[in-house]
Amino acid sequence: MSDNAISVQHLVKRFGETTVLDDISLEIPRGQVSCLIGPSGSGKSTLLRCMAFLEEATDGSIFIEGAPLGFVYDGAGKRQRQSATDLRKVRSQIGMVFQQFNLWPHMTALGNVSAALRRVRRMSKAEAEEKAMVQLRKVGLENRAGHYPSQLSGGQQQRVAIARSLALEPKIMLFDEPTSALDPELTGEVLNVMRGLASEGMTMVVVTHEIGFAATVGNQISFLDQGKLLFTDAPSKVFAKPRHPRLEQFLDTYLDRGASTLV
Amino acid sequence: MGFDFNVILSKQDALVSGIAMTVFVWVVGTLAAALIGFIVATARRYGGVIVDKALTVPIEVIRGTPFLVQLFLLYFGGPYIGLSLDALPAGLLALSIYGAAYFAEIFRAGYQSVPPGHVEAAECLGFTRIQIIRNILLPEMALLVIPPSVNMAIILLKETALLSLITVPEMTMTASAIGSQEYAFVEAMVLIALVYWVLVELAGVLGRFAEKKLSRYRLAKA
Repeated sequence: MSDNAISVQHLVKRFGETTVLDDISLEIPRGQVSCLIGPSGSGKSTLLRCMAFLEEATDGSIFIEGAPLGFVYDGAGKRQRQSATDLRKVRSQIGMVFQQFNLWPHMTALGNVSAALRRVRRMSKAEAEEKAMVQLRKVGLENRAGHYPSQLSGGQQQRVAIARSLALEPKIMLFDEPTSALDPELTGEVLNVMRGLASEGMTMVVVTHEIGFAATVGNQISFLDQGKLLFTDAPSKVFAKPRHPRLEQFLDTYLDRGASTLV
Repeated sequence: MGFDFNVILSKQDALVSGIAMTVFVWVVGTLAAALIGFIVATARRYGGVIVDKALTVPIEVIRGTPFLVQLFLLYFGGPYIGLSLDALPAGLLALSIYGAAYFAEIFRAGYQSVPPGHVEAAECLGFTRIQIIRNILLPEMALLVIPPSVNMAIILLKETALLSLITVPEMTMTASAIGSQEYAFVEAMVLIALVYWVLVELAGVLGRFAEKKLSRYRLAKA
């Protein structure tokens, strides 16, 4: 049992013959921003999805605030699926933000944010909407409450999605490439909301290609390559030269794109 | 020899009860078919590989054989396996099962049309499976399943005419009886053709109304 918000222990994920995550162990400290970076196919999104139990790990364990997620070991030490009720309980501490926003198109922004309060927390419509408005205000979209997702820009949709995840007041927020589906002009508004959350002390795990965000907001950076966690360290150490050769190679691809001043 | 509708219309009591019976078996049969089809599609989605594969067999058999044959098998063959049904329950059951096979496919396509991420978002928030079906999947698939469902309802309405062959007193049976007795068979058929067509149009209007209501969010402009 660890004192960290999330503890990943010897996690293995295989799709058939392919090993996507190869014996990953990682601690996510409370109140900090942990970024997962690495090339496409390195397994960083799969690792994050395992932390929300959207992917079932083949082996190993994940603990959320000390409680096992998804699988428990019975008396004989056999790995078994957790009951649906227990799973929902552990998951309720986590908020998940997706690359594709995944807003429900038939509900307004307010409907999206208040849905879980009504269905899961069983609040009255009025109470749920009042609480939802607080979250919409936080992401700067209180004046878009009555809009459907189709009426919102990508950046606005993602901010609604963040508000939706915050509605149940999770202890940990997981972000799966939250700005990858956005026009460059719209990434700023989403990153600003995330910076605000970080400054409030929210525990965050962020899979991102925004190296600049990782370097400036991240407290720890984990670099994955081909299913292996190569290292986890503070940004000042990770980006200081000399760098890990695989990271150097990875950052070169950013240089090719002329993107980051950091590189 | 000219057409004379007066003879037919003088039997309006019998005709009206025939029409009422047609509407009854149509509405009840279609609703039951949709419900069974939805349950089958849901079982296939959540019941694992074996349930999914096992349920494809009856669906393929029902879709692969004529309704009339199924109806005769149930009504005349049922007693051999201890299933003796009166004409009306037999007709309703046959119609429901026949329609359910198609509705199961309609709802399967509906389920598949919803992006998995929309379900994942709800799962992460702690929605139960039933809440996800009710609040996310059904409303999101509604627009997609309405047109083929209306189509299916129309097909089922026309299939109800075959129930006359196992003596369900619906409007085709009533009209052919009156028509033969009164030597006005063609007039009787013209009349019920008109009634079938009006009912089909009514189904279409209802379907378009539902579509319009449900598509508000799609049409909403910034």
